[in-house]
Amino acid sequence: MSGIYLDHAATTPMLENAIAAMDAQLRTLGNPSSLHTQGRHTRKDVEDAREILAKELDCLASEIIFTASGTEANNTAIKGIYWQQKALGKNVVVISAIEHHATLDPAQWLAEHEGAEVIYAPVTKDGVVDLVFLRNLVAKRGSEIALISIMHANNETGAIQPIAEIVKIAGNIAVHTDAAQSFKKIPLSFKSLGVMALSISAHKIGGPLGIGVLVLRRGVEIPALLHGGGQEREIRSGTLNAPAIVALATAAQDKSYDATAIAKIRDDFAARVTQVVPGSFVNAINAERLPGIVNVTFPGTQSDTLLLLMDGEKVSCSTGSACSAGVHRPSHVLMAMGHDEISAMSSLRFSFGRTSTQADCDGALAVLPSVITRGRAASGV
Amino acid sequence: MKLIAAMSGGVDSAVAAARAVEAGHDVIGVHLALSSNPQKYRSGARGCCTIEDSHDARRAADVIGIPFYIWDMAEEFHDGVVEDFLSEYAAGRTPNPCLRCNEKIKFAAVLDRARAMGFDGVVTGHYARTEIGPHGKTLHRAVDHSKDQSYVLSVLTIEQINGAIFPLGDTTKVDIRKEAEERGLAVAQKPDSHDICFVPSGDNAGWLRDRLGSEVGPIVDQDGTKIGEHKGAYTYTIGQRKGLGLTVPTADGSPRFVLKIEPVTNTVVVGSREELAISLMKGERPVWCGPAVDSEHKRGFVQVRAHGAALPCTYYFNDTLLVAELDEPLLGLATGQAMVIYDGDRVVGSATICETA
Repeated sequence: MSGIYLDHAATTPMLENAIAAMDAQLRTLGNPSSLHTQGRHTRKDVEDAREILAKELDCLASEIIFTASGTEANNTAIKGIYWQQKALGKNVVVISAIEHHATLDPAQWLAEHEGAEVIYAPVTKDGVVDLVFLRNLVAKRGSEIALISIMHANNETGAIQPIAEIVKIAGNIAVHTDAAQSFKKIPLSFKSLGVMALSISAHKIGGPLGIGVLVLRRGVEIPALLHGGGQEREIRSGTLNAPAIVALATAAQDKSYDATAIAKIRDDFAARVTQVVPGSFVNAINAERLPGIVNVTFPGTQSDTLLLLMDGEKVSCSTGSACSAGVHRPSHVLMAMGHDEISAMSSLRFSFGRTSTQADCDGALAVLPSVITRGRAASGV
Repeated sequence: MKLIAAMSGGVDSAVAAARAVEAGHDVIGVHLALSSNPQKYRSGARGCCTIEDSHDARRAADVIGIPFYIWDMAEEFHDGVVEDFLSEYAAGRTPNPCLRCNEKIKFAAVLDRARAMGFDGVVTGHYARTEIGPHGKTLHRAVDHSKDQSYVLSVLTIEQINGAIFPLGDTTKVDIRKEAEERGLAVAQKPDSHDICFVPSGDNAGWLRDRLGSEVGPIVDQDGTKIGEHKGAYTYTIGQRKGLGLTVPTADGSPRFVLKIEPVTNTVVVGSREELAISLMKGERPVWCGPAVDSEHKRGFVQVRAHGAALPCTYYFNDTLLVAELDEPLLGLATGQAMVIYDGDRVVGSATICETA
């Protein structure tokens, strides 16, 4: 499949050595929970991988809980911590207004089914959580707060969130952070952040689909979502997916992600896009951002039309979010940053990764003006 | 050509898209999301644009090997089709929403958007044909008369017909299902949709009552004598015989039929079968699908329902209204329906019936 792939934040090519590690593990017989030779062998591979990941995440090996996705890690943390705290009489869940659906939806589910009150922390026009709001909230209602869950970096704009500050503000309140976008892109340390829980996903870093990690502070016991063999601290059951776990650890050790080089291509793209498309602007431009993400608003267009036209020019990028029926919706992230509905539906996310080149940037910029012209014509009819 | 294939998730539009690809066109599949609150599943032959339908459409596009996107046309559909349907009923007329959808959505909003984006036209799974003749591209009945949908396409202007591709017009439905099977399309045996797509329950009268209220009003005979009561005049159809709930019999025991609906006084007028008969109809807002009709009296056929008979007639345009004089009287004709004129199997044009005699 040829073409220019500028959607690395959705998923990024799997690393060759991760594929090789997965392939080898797929050929190895053994359920890591079995007590015999084969089981022990696979168990060792899984535990080696756990230790590698612990090192990369700066946490204890025993703090790693393997899940089937970043979404599952978020659900396990948010629901589990909520239930644990609910038993102590706390029912307020604080999230930011720019969370991914894998955080938004479990929080909303808790509100609808489990008596939670969800409070959405607003963000600045550059898409960074408003710390003054959080400070006031904690001062006023701290004793009622079960959990604060705020992402480490935003998936649509790349804006990095001040998690260490938030942990300070939170004091004794449990903090969870979704670090799916930031792991391996910027420095990430579970220990220094001081959060109680953190989620990552393998396929965002060149690992396989279908494997995620919840890092949960040692000693914290929360109710499980999945009950069964109790494999992961009795918090997550299910036979451990050894091939995916081993491949994730391999990807986590990879050093080929050159953040400086990727940021340079991204910055070049951002600078030139506003030149070739007058009127366009970069969102969250004043925020500290992940190296690979740029979100651009093209006034007078509809982003689903732009995506179709870009796809037709063999350039893959992304709109904000879509509902379950696949219908394009205004991005809640951009809305939270002050966009109106129309403007929030006129933006595209371009995300660069390990395999991105200057030629990708140039190629995308070459087709953009004609795409925008046709896109504007189509939204005018 | 670069074409947009409108894919509902049904068998017809899937095969239409596949045929367009095979004919050498550069095709992109688009599913129109027409409901702002889509249901998860389709129930029988009713409804469309459920989430299941959009999955079916996506799967068909993947099997055919074309890009696929979903276009949100819910607002356009609500304003142009659903609201029109309601206001027509409220005015005592009987609208055809499929026709309105073709006029305002599929061959207007979608075609306009496609053209602005650099596409040449829209492919649909309608059973109809086009021909290139001395008058340019013209609209014709499908070979499979039992499935012919030229009636609901008769609102297309020449400009719209020029941008429309109907790859199924030369084939019977049975063969389309077979072809879908051969092409490996999972929707090959999916049931046809019949009823009004935005009334998923299939209970049109109930749906109308919920939205227009159910104000009780009189049922009167031709002399104006009240002989019963109704619950919402718009739930009745001209020519309707059953469900009137009349207890006063006619002198000779013959049945009564709905003759007229008067929305202003909320009155339903009933009468004998003979009184239902009309031999002349006039239509407003004409659309010509080919050369314009003028005052010259011409022989042809008029059709007043989607799958109704083609009735021999003399037709002409009297400067404001399209007129058709029937050879044989017709029983029960509601205003608001479309009168579609045919010259053989060619669609001449259509108009909305506003007067009958």
